[in-house]
Amino acid sequence: MKFKSIVLGTVAALLTTTAAMAEEMKMAVTTSFANSGLADVLLPKVKEDTGIDVQLLIVGTGQALALGAAGDVDAVLVHSKAAEEKWLAEGNGTHRTEIMYNDFIFVGPQADPAKAHDAEKATDALKAIADTQAPFVSRGDDSGTHKMELKLWKAAGIEPAGDWYKAVGQGMGAALNTAAGMDAYIMADRASWLNFANKGDLGIVFEGDPILFNQYAYLPVNPEKHPHVKSELVDQLEAWLLSDTAKELIEGYQIAGQQLFVYNAAR
Amino acid sequence: MNSIGEGLWQAARLVATLNPDLVEITALSLRVSLGATVVASCIGLPLGAWLAVNRFPARRFVIAILNALMGLPPVVVGLIVYVLFSRSGPLGVLGLLFTPTAMVIAQVIIITPIIASVAHQAIRDLWADYHDLLISLQATRLQRIKTLLWDGRRALMTASLAGFGRAIGEVGAIMIVGGNIDHATRVLTTAIALETGKGEFDMALALGFVLIGLAILVNLGLHFISRTERGARW
Repeated sequence: MKFKSIVLGTVAALLTTTAAMAEEMKMAVTTSFANSGLADVLLPKVKEDTGIDVQLLIVGTGQALALGAAGDVDAVLVHSKAAEEKWLAEGNGTHRTEIMYNDFIFVGPQADPAKAHDAEKATDALKAIADTQAPFVSRGDDSGTHKMELKLWKAAGIEPAGDWYKAVGQGMGAALNTAAGMDAYIMADRASWLNFANKGDLGIVFEGDPILFNQYAYLPVNPEKHPHVKSELVDQLEAWLLSDTAKELIEGYQIAGQQLFVYNAAR
Repeated sequence: MNSIGEGLWQAARLVATLNPDLVEITALSLRVSLGATVVASCIGLPLGAWLAVNRFPARRFVIAILNALMGLPPVVVGLIVYVLFSRSGPLGVLGLLFTPTAMVIAQVIIITPIIASVAHQAIRDLWADYHDLLISLQATRLQRIKTLLWDGRRALMTASLAGFGRAIGEVGAIMIVGGNIDHATRVLTTAIALETGKGEFDMALALGFVLIGLAILVNLGLHFISRTERGARW
């Protein structure tokens, strides 16, 4: 009987626990941003400086913008300029503030059967992969990274299709897991790659082409469309992102001795 | 590739040190899934009993639907609940999206058909035994259902536990309606999905083992309670 009351008491306690109420806002961010680990550095400092508890929803760019359009988050931090501008034109947000960029890289088997390493430009590397029909894993999930990849294929004049081209329809991590399992090529953001633990036989085969730069922008959700969004907190967070503190933290963030993000907000 | 051993070792370490993040997500997992089980049992058990003792034209059809709903894909349930509770949806004003409450609602939808179906099966067998007795006592319909629910309570516990089992291991629906927000809606299963995405298989497996252990503990706990009851009864 004693045991029963202990169990019931525990259950009741669990059912009634409620989170402490702080100033909370929700922001949809891309998987690549969350996987980079930068959020774990920035958010505690945001809380310390402004008292805002930023709750992150980690999704692809497509879903992030959809959540913003539906008013389910207060702001969005993504990296797909064309999609962002379309989203703004539809009246979903107030403005677009560029914050920083990182870059994409091509990851592939270290033996590099397609000789992508010798390519001068990113598009040449893709052509080499397509020519040799070496397996290539695509995110295929309408994320910012996926859109960037499609843009590059288009620039290379190739319509990727066939057995060698595998669209997995998943996040960066899951796609990298697939690529590691099949010894395939894949385009990834540098941050996700450096933080990725299951690298297998894969390594960076191509990097450094300016076309691969990946611009992150902060987009507040339009309060005229969704009056419940916490505009005040959203503005405070934006001001913080434009502060020296943010600049120093972002530029000082390193993984394995490499700086990941270049801060380029117009201030 | 010794991930399983590493995972077990890491699970033991996390549990032994009472890692605060682990405690938090485990508590939320329990809170959401137990909450959903309680609510779904309140709906599913009487519904199962009612279907067992009543004869009406569409009965077979309703039972078939209920059985089919047991296979409802959680992602679809998640999406439906998301669309309902989105700020742009019909129930958006409630502001429930990305809260544990929304996660409970989604899980209730997923497990109620399971609980009702298993309960219906158990009660139907019991009803075959009790039919003549209850009819001759001229018990009302409500009295019949009450008697059957009480005397079949051990089988019904199995029904609830089946529901709990599905809820605690479910990831598709709560990922969408909860959003896997750190310190707000992250539970064991969504944390496992996250760690897998990061390629941190050891950590993902460790959380998986914690989840299995938790499910076993809850089951053992409930069986312990029901056994003490049986000792006192006779």
